[in-house]
Amino acid sequence: MDLINSPEKLQQLKTTLVNQKKAKLKLEHEGGRIQVKVSMSTCGIASGAGEVKDFFEEKLDLENINADIVSTGCMGYCYAEPTVEITLPGGEPVIFSNVDMVRAGELVNDFIKERKSAVNTIPHKSRKPGGAVEKGKQYRIALRNCGFINPEDIREYIAAEGYDALRMALTEMTPDEVIEVVKKSGLRGRGGGGFPTGLKWELSAKAECRNEKFVVCNADEGDPGAFMDRSLLEGDPHSILEAMALCGYSIGSNKGVIYIRAEYPLAIERLKTAITQAKETQLLGSDIMGTGFNFDIEIRYGAGAFVCGEETALIHSMEGLRGEPGVKPPFPAEKGYKGEPTNVNNVETFANIPLILLMGAEWFSKIGTEKSKGTKVFALAGKINNVGLIEVPMGMTLREVVFDIGGGIRGDRQFKAVQTGGPSGGCLTVKHLDTPIDYENLIENGSMMGSGGMIVMDEDDCMVAVARFYLDFTVEESCGKCAPCRIGNKRLYEILDKITLGKSVKDDLSGLRNLASVIKETSLCGLGQTSPNPVLSTMDNFYDEYKAHVIDGDCPAGQCRALMRYVIDPHLCVGCTLCMRVCPVDAVSGEKKQVHSIDTSVCIKCGACIEKCKFGAISLQ
Amino acid sequence: MAKIRIPQNKVEELRQICKSFNYDKNELINVLHSAQKLFGYLPAEVQELVAQELNVPLAKVYGVVSFYSFFDMVPKGKYPVSICLGTACYVRGAEKVLAEFKKHIGINVGETSADGKFSISCLRCVGACGLAPVVTIGERVYGRVAPDDVQKILKDYY
Amino acid sequence: MTKVSLTIDNRKVETDKESTILQAARLIGVNIPTLCYMKLDDLNFENKPGGCRICVVEVEGAKNLMPACKTECRDGMVVHTHSVRVVNARRTVLELILSDHPAECLICARSGDCDLQSLAQQLGIREIHYQGEQSHYKSDQSPAIIREMDKCIMCRRCETICNDVQTVGTLSAINRGFRAVVATPFETDLDHSSCTYCGQCVAVCPTGALTEKDYTRKVIEAIVDPSKTVVVQTAPAVRAALGESFGMSPGTLVTGKMVAALKKLGFDYVFDTDFAADLTIMEEGAEILDRLTRYFDGDSNVKLPILTSCCPGWVNFLEYHFPEMKDIPSTAKSPQQMFGAIAKSYLAQKIGVAREDLFVVSVMPCLAKKYECTREEFFINGDPDVDVSISTRELAHLIRNANLHFEGLTDEEFDHPMGESTGASVIFGTTGGVIEAAVRSAYELFTKKELKKVDFEELRGMEGIRKAEVDFDGVLLKVGIAHGLGNARKLLEEIKSGESDFHAIEIMACPGGCIGGGGQPYHHGNVEILKKRQKAIYKEDKGKAIRKSHENPYIQQLYREFLGEPLSHKAHKLLHTCYFDRKKKIEF
Ligand SMILES: Cc1cc2nc3c(=O)[nH]c(=O)nc-3n(C[C@H](O)[C@H](O)[C@H](O)COP(=O)(O)O)c2cc1C
Ligand code: SF4
Ligand code: SF4
Ligand code: SF4
Ligand code: SF4
Ligand code: SF4
Ligand code: SF4
Ligand code: SF4
Ligand code: SF4
Ligand code: FES
Ligand code: FES
Ligand code: FES
Repeated sequence: MDLINSPEKLQQLKTTLVNQKKAKLKLEHEGGRIQVKVSMSTCGIASGAGEVKDFFEEKLDLENINADIVSTGCMGYCYAEPTVEITLPGGEPVIFSNVDMVRAGELVNDFIKERKSAVNTIPHKSRKPGGAVEKGKQYRIALRNCGFINPEDIREYIAAEGYDALRMALTEMTPDEVIEVVKKSGLRGRGGGGFPTGLKWELSAKAECRNEKFVVCNADEGDPGAFMDRSLLEGDPHSILEAMALCGYSIGSNKGVIYIRAEYPLAIERLKTAITQAKETQLLGSDIMGTGFNFDIEIRYGAGAFVCGEETALIHSMEGLRGEPGVKPPFPAEKGYKGEPTNVNNVETFANIPLILLMGAEWFSKIGTEKSKGTKVFALAGKINNVGLIEVPMGMTLREVVFDIGGGIRGDRQFKAVQTGGPSGGCLTVKHLDTPIDYENLIENGSMMGSGGMIVMDEDDCMVAVARFYLDFTVEESCGKCAPCRIGNKRLYEILDKITLGKSVKDDLSGLRNLASVIKETSLCGLGQTSPNPVLSTMDNFYDEYKAHVIDGDCPAGQCRALMRYVIDPHLCVGCTLCMRVCPVDAVSGEKKQVHSIDTSVCIKCGACIEKCKFGAISLQ
Repeated sequence: MAKIRIPQNKVEELRQICKSFNYDKNELINVLHSAQKLFGYLPAEVQELVAQELNVPLAKVYGVVSFYSFFDMVPKGKYPVSICLGTACYVRGAEKVLAEFKKHIGINVGETSADGKFSISCLRCVGACGLAPVVTIGERVYGRVAPDDVQKILKDYY
Repeated sequence: MTKVSLTIDNRKVETDKESTILQAARLIGVNIPTLCYMKLDDLNFENKPGGCRICVVEVEGAKNLMPACKTECRDGMVVHTHSVRVVNARRTVLELILSDHPAECLICARSGDCDLQSLAQQLGIREIHYQGEQSHYKSDQSPAIIREMDKCIMCRRCETICNDVQTVGTLSAINRGFRAVVATPFETDLDHSSCTYCGQCVAVCPTGALTEKDYTRKVIEAIVDPSKTVVVQTAPAVRAALGESFGMSPGTLVTGKMVAALKKLGFDYVFDTDFAADLTIMEEGAEILDRLTRYFDGDSNVKLPILTSCCPGWVNFLEYHFPEMKDIPSTAKSPQQMFGAIAKSYLAQKIGVAREDLFVVSVMPCLAKKYECTREEFFINGDPDVDVSISTRELAHLIRNANLHFEGLTDEEFDHPMGESTGASVIFGTTGGVIEAAVRSAYELFTKKELKKVDFEELRGMEGIRKAEVDFDGVLLKVGIAHGLGNARKLLEEIKSGESDFHAIEIMACPGGCIGGGGQPYHHGNVEILKKRQKAIYKEDKGKAIRKSHENPYIQQLYREFLGEPLSHKAHKLLHTCYFDRKKKIEF
């Protein structure tokens, strides 16, 4: 590819590429070609997308069908992977779900060759930004290119107006003007804290440096159950690079660093490819587009520590140290990497930037709620039908997210709760279903936005066990620097563990609350300051469940094994004595041919009897 | 200085790695990543050499290695099995899958089987939560793993 | 500096913008408890991880409680240091810390002098509401320092001092979360690490996690053993600090009481390491003189500067971190080892006791000396020149065990012949002292003139690195002084790079020199105590009749009767040593 050594070159190239793209969509006799897009993200590949793509390539070649097979990033439909989008010449794109090899063969025969009408498709959702925001529907800003373009080809990004915002800023705007647009847009950090991005940029711009300033992209995404940033990086890496360069231009930095967790090999690969391509074409590196602006980006790897997502810990980690957070202030914007002003933003935050510049602050600020502008990407996981990645305008209700977009709860189960904000967040329940989702509302309801993971839970999930699960995570991920988090969370975990094992006493409940609030208000960093949230929030919303465990020795969800009892149903028992004979502790009694019963005070819950009973008379309750 | 028991050519390679990072202390974690790739784990000698080359106290290198769960000081099995215990996987029953792996391989988390074939570790989310529960064996990702699948999956590696 | 004014516990206080709430509160006498925080002015030590969270206070408008030790004052800030919310949080955090701590006060080396214990007392902890698993680590039984990390509260002071002040880098936090602790690489014993045994980590540790290896039992066993003749030597810095252990004010000289106590404890001979310090000056001075004379005569093979070698902590440092320079220090043994060597030869002969029946105990401000006396070079046929070395603190324990009323003891004198010493040897106890003592003698030997003014003020002080020129009757002797190993490192780097051209350099491992040694009574963060000890040392020097080592009559007698002259063959055999590359020796 040619060097893009002037702003004009970029525009010319874009025009050429867009025309090429249009030509392909024409009818066959006008030179149009079949487009097959295969979603090749981590989760697609794990479901077999690679083989499916190879199959299309070979098969269509064999059949002499003119087609372009394109790997794209994530389309967002994890529940339907592998997903394939096929556009017939002159037609509309159709997305097919669960395309395994069998279905791929059928598609080639039925849909491509015979042009039969499509079945088992995913309704095509408007992903083009600029259109109107519809109630209960997705609206894609950050994910605008994910699943559309080939992330490994910079030309596809350019054809999608990529690097145009950077061109515009470098040629038509002063750094302050760029900051002004970001400020006016109302964009807030998507990494969890929700700090106004424009304000942060302004602080970094004003901060004095000794040698140089840094732009850091936080791609640590440690919140288990969240995968927005991974998908963005896999599906549209250039948008992040462009936004980082824009940030660099506006704060006066020539050096960007992406801190990415090592658990994301594919995202790392694609980022590397993108950086190489951008450097080779002079869209990164020195003298970008011939404007004299230099901006370089390098990659640093995390090494499996959730706390490194916290910005000061992240900076320590970048410096080759243990990822222990520091006390703020000073904030990274004043004193960060190598002691220099460092602007840290999250991947999704960056992904919004180019479009905000192209479409204008006003456009962006019209989307969302009063204090939370724009959209938010959520990763829907857990007991929900349409597991996957969605992007919705701020202010959408939980009901719309879970039931309209998420397709409701799996199986015929009841919705119970959604955990937002991961281990730092809390749960929202039935009574919150109609609350519009934005930063403030979530906090008000004892949860938080966090990075955007949403774990949906149904009636089978025990909320005490869920809280215990999160604490287990925190205990393992605490850096250990400060006492309340290092020891307090361990104790919190131990109490919850005791409760699920039926070994707690009534005082544990009040002790739990005091401990949780002391940890919150005395911990050094965000991890400890939020780690008790899952406990407090489940206590607030499901106190009955806690009481049931502690006082009645019962787990209403039937999850805590230790709290369950083995009972014999008198209507089903025929008195065969098998269970009595197998019980190692003589907990079963009964005469032959008479109904048997289990003495729960003796039973050690070994489960031997249940396996022996041929009549299904024994059950766990 | 500990006796170097690692092969001399690899020592040289490790020196080259340090050099390629310009002996920059800030790059310690990247260097350790590369070293772990080279050796499969980070034995004491490797850490010593890195400490020496980057001029960082050995204590600090060990402090870093022991902080990050990605770094290992014991070699993993030929087929490292990692079970995701992230939230999405947890609520979809990852613990049962883990129990099944432990049962079939006969080792606990953090251990390597006697024949050096398998090791089991847990990780927190590989970002394929949509396929929960997720298990990785080496580079391969298995999605929607049910406890009953475990035996079948392991068969491929015997 | 910008001033800000704030309200603490309903009282207005004005302070610098940079100062923390903790500092501001102290200005008006409000005491906020701390645990991890420690600052030693002049010694370049500030430990401020903000980790223990004991110092949290309520700042109006802030959602969370703030650590007073790390939070800077803002204008108009309103702070409550002891509201119910604060006190509850503080107590809960302390209970948490105690819930992961062995309650072993009854048998803990720190009991009665432990920051954690006093804090628990101060906050009135009577019950630990949150019990659970406790951390367990293997305890480290090195010859000088015991690490019982079960008692560690992760204040990180040891890590800070070992890395930032001493630049030794033996300690670092390891693991994370509940398993986090401070440790050596791969959790080996200190013995297999780069540790110099300077003991500074022990000096700052707030708990019993780091303590000296206690040898008092061995001392008592020797004393009660009728076949042993037990000799004790006491280092110069001990007498300037021992009184503190008995509530006497810092800087009180207790030489006479100390001697009296030792005699009451049953030692057969109570001698002074100062005597050996004078001997050191004789040997080291002769060596300096020899090297200088050759140097000024144009001999280009002479290794300069000459480095002092009386501090074993520093010797360990050199051997591990600068083995390539192991040929430049003076080969003179430390005073402790010179004493041992002479006691087990000359003295044994003189009093007619067989070498193996003579038991030499040293009382030192120092932990490195415990290691030093175990070094193979200082053994003859399996018998060490110095049998055990105990610290100032251990001596205090012995005195207390024997139920002696220390303050009330009547002063007594050291025994002869190894109890006589000069002012020069006394100042060995502080930074700058060794070189000043050497200069006093070297001057006279070099210029053959009498030194009228023996006080060299230019060599005194507390700055980490001091440089001075001493006029040797027209020849300028360039002298460098460093205390604290970080400063030593800087000076050594300067020498290595050829940037500096000193003739002689004194290095002491401990900040302040031996007065700040790892075996001294705990200063609990108060550097003023060190300064007072230093003053006491100079006072003792001033009060001495003889202030130059070579004028010590017993030293002269020793040379006459036994050694011949400095650097003689016999002197070499008994009083000199050589250094090793310790890095090579450590394997695991
Ligand atoms: C324990 C903890 C973990 C965090 N993890 C992440 C993360 O994985 N990714 C992220 O972008 N921000 C994370 N954050 C938030 C960052 O500290 C920081 O606020 C964010 O990167 C700033 O970018 P933004 O303003 O664009 O959101 C975490 C914070 C805490 C306290
Ligand atoms: S709150 Fe937890 S993670 Fe944060 S500094 Fe304290 S111990 Fe480390
Ligand atoms: S579960 Fe085990 S102990 Fe309990 S009744 Fe059945 S067989 Fe007996
Ligand atoms: S095995 Fe089943 S049917 Fe037989 S006695 Fe027991 S409960 Fe009744
Ligand atoms: S360290 Fe302090 S609190 Fe702990 S056992 Fe020893 S004296 Fe008691
Ligand atoms: S203080 Fe209490 S525990 Fe300690 S010895 Fe006295 S009575 Fe016993
Ligand atoms: S004794 Fe000195 S060198 Fe050894 S660990 Fe302690 S501070 Fe470091
Ligand atoms: S060993 Fe002592 S000084 Fe070091 S961290 Fe633990 S308590 Fe603090
Ligand atoms: S300065 Fe004194 S107390 Fe410190 S290590 Fe050296 S000799 Fe020992
Ligand atoms: S399909 Fe994109 S994350 Fe699963
Ligand atoms: S929680 Fe298992 S892959 Fe994310
Ligand atoms: S003294 Fe302030 S946090 Fe420890």
